[in-house]
Amino acid sequence: MNAASLTITQLREAYTSGTLKPEAVLHDIASVIQSKDGPLGGYLSHDLDRALADAASVDLSLPLGGVPIAIKDLINVAGHPCGCASKMLTGTYTAPYDATVIRKLREAGAVPFGRTNMDEFAMGSSNENSAIRPCRNPHDHSRIPGGSSGGSAVVVAADTAIAALGTDTGGSIRQPAAHCGIVGLKPSYGRVSRYGLVAFASSLDQAGPMTKTVEDAARLLQVMAGPCDRDSNCRSEPVPDYLATLGDDLKGVRIGLPKEYFADGLDPKVKSLVEKAITTLTGLGAKTVEISLPHTTAAIATYYVIANAEASANLARFDGVRYGHRAAADDLLGLYERSRAEGFGPEVKRRILLGTYVLSSGYYDAYYRRAQQVRTLITRDFAETFEKVDLIASPVTPTPAFRLGEKESDPLAMYLADIYTISANLAGVCGISVPCGMVEEGGSKLPVGLQLLGPILGEAKLLNAAHRYEMARG
Amino acid sequence: MDIRQVAKLARLELTDAEATTYGAQLEMILSYVEQLKAVDVSSVDPDLLGSGLCDVLRDDEKVLPSLPVEAVLANAPATALGQIKMPKVIE
Repeated sequence: MNAASLTITQLREAYTSGTLKPEAVLHDIASVIQSKDGPLGGYLSHDLDRALADAASVDLSLPLGGVPIAIKDLINVAGHPCGCASKMLTGTYTAPYDATVIRKLREAGAVPFGRTNMDEFAMGSSNENSAIRPCRNPHDHSRIPGGSSGGSAVVVAADTAIAALGTDTGGSIRQPAAHCGIVGLKPSYGRVSRYGLVAFASSLDQAGPMTKTVEDAARLLQVMAGPCDRDSNCRSEPVPDYLATLGDDLKGVRIGLPKEYFADGLDPKVKSLVEKAITTLTGLGAKTVEISLPHTTAAIATYYVIANAEASANLARFDGVRYGHRAAADDLLGLYERSRAEGFGPEVKRRILLGTYVLSSGYYDAYYRRAQQVRTLITRDFAETFEKVDLIASPVTPTPAFRLGEKESDPLAMYLADIYTISANLAGVCGISVPCGMVEEGGSKLPVGLQLLGPILGEAKLLNAAHRYEMARG
Repeated sequence: MDIRQVAKLARLELTDAEATTYGAQLEMILSYVEQLKAVDVSSVDPDLLGSGLCDVLRDDEKVLPSLPVEAVLANAPATALGQIKMPKVIE
């Protein structure tokens, strides 16, 4: 049996009992990457020698001692390339520092191993926008794995990694987790430091765990979460013991079902599996409550104004000057314009253009300011809802994974599929996707995810309910 | 929307084909986004944004170590004299 198919919990037990050593585990993972990852494209690169060197000095008594973690290609890991799956940075940028989440993982004994594929600069919901190589759903190679953390979802689902880190700005952890049949958690905004993440939308981005089990997600979040001096939006509240409350009773837990998330556009087979999962939760003692999130329909428009506006500012640093791709040019303006034209792919350009437009003089009030106001209404919807319920349950995606190329010519159709995940980023609440079954589609069996959402800093209850569901689901 | 003007602001060189394609796609997305104008935002203070988290300041202490110059230059496309080399900025 190859160690790559273990969970974090199992691996830690094996280390404690002495049945496995980190070097052997790393060799196992490298070997399955070699034999399985080619057609899947989950990895962009992996450096076995560097990981072995890291593992040699690891303290196995630490909570994540000796645990290799695959890292999404937009998180800075000192000495590793950080390419964001873009021509702008791939091959030209090596991270000179560790992101805070990486520093924390290392302090807990974990070994960052492998750079995972993604939509370029985290812009996309299918991983089709990777400028480096395609990424395929392990359950059906003709289908998307989801995005933007598609690679991270693939390597965990295909057992070519023990666990992975992703980032979620509009659903980019939860949606690929759902499409690939794994667990993916987006922490509350500010729960995990953004320092060292290549920024997409600074008021929305969060790094989070992508794992085989909810318990593994709790183990990773325990280490990743907490205050950080280098991210001024990182919250200072102490991190509770997520593992201690994982097994708590769900009796009386109130779960809100937002009517807008179970309406038109939701595939009936997906709906049926999500409803079955909710029945499992009520079987554990939870109570369901019909709720409404009235600004749901405005959420996508709100998101695509705010996220793109912030992205246009965050990506201004890629100008051919200090790092990344530099085009041949005789003058400064040409340097900027051509480096950016050559370095960025179409989706990135679209979003930068849109973001620039909505922030420009004469349009700022009509678009950006108005979107921020609608965002406040969305945030209020959630705050009011969480006074009536403890958690919210919903689908993660309206359909199972679609085929590669299916939505290529219609960027808007791609955006509309983010409907169930996007509001959580706008409101800053936490969310998790847990596999809840498979649907038959076009001759394949495709995974479906159950989404649970919790209030800001509500990760303990979120993980508890998700874990109890996972145990009862079987 | 003048796509060429937006591209200028965004410092993005566009081919004629790109200007046409992106221009059309952006128009489509912007008309989708128009729905925000119909939302009643009268109860929202327009200057109150986001999470409620406020300016985070620290004491003006001594300067802490940062990235060494060599680390910065290692990623630079062109260097000379321990600096990043650029085309002429001032005519």
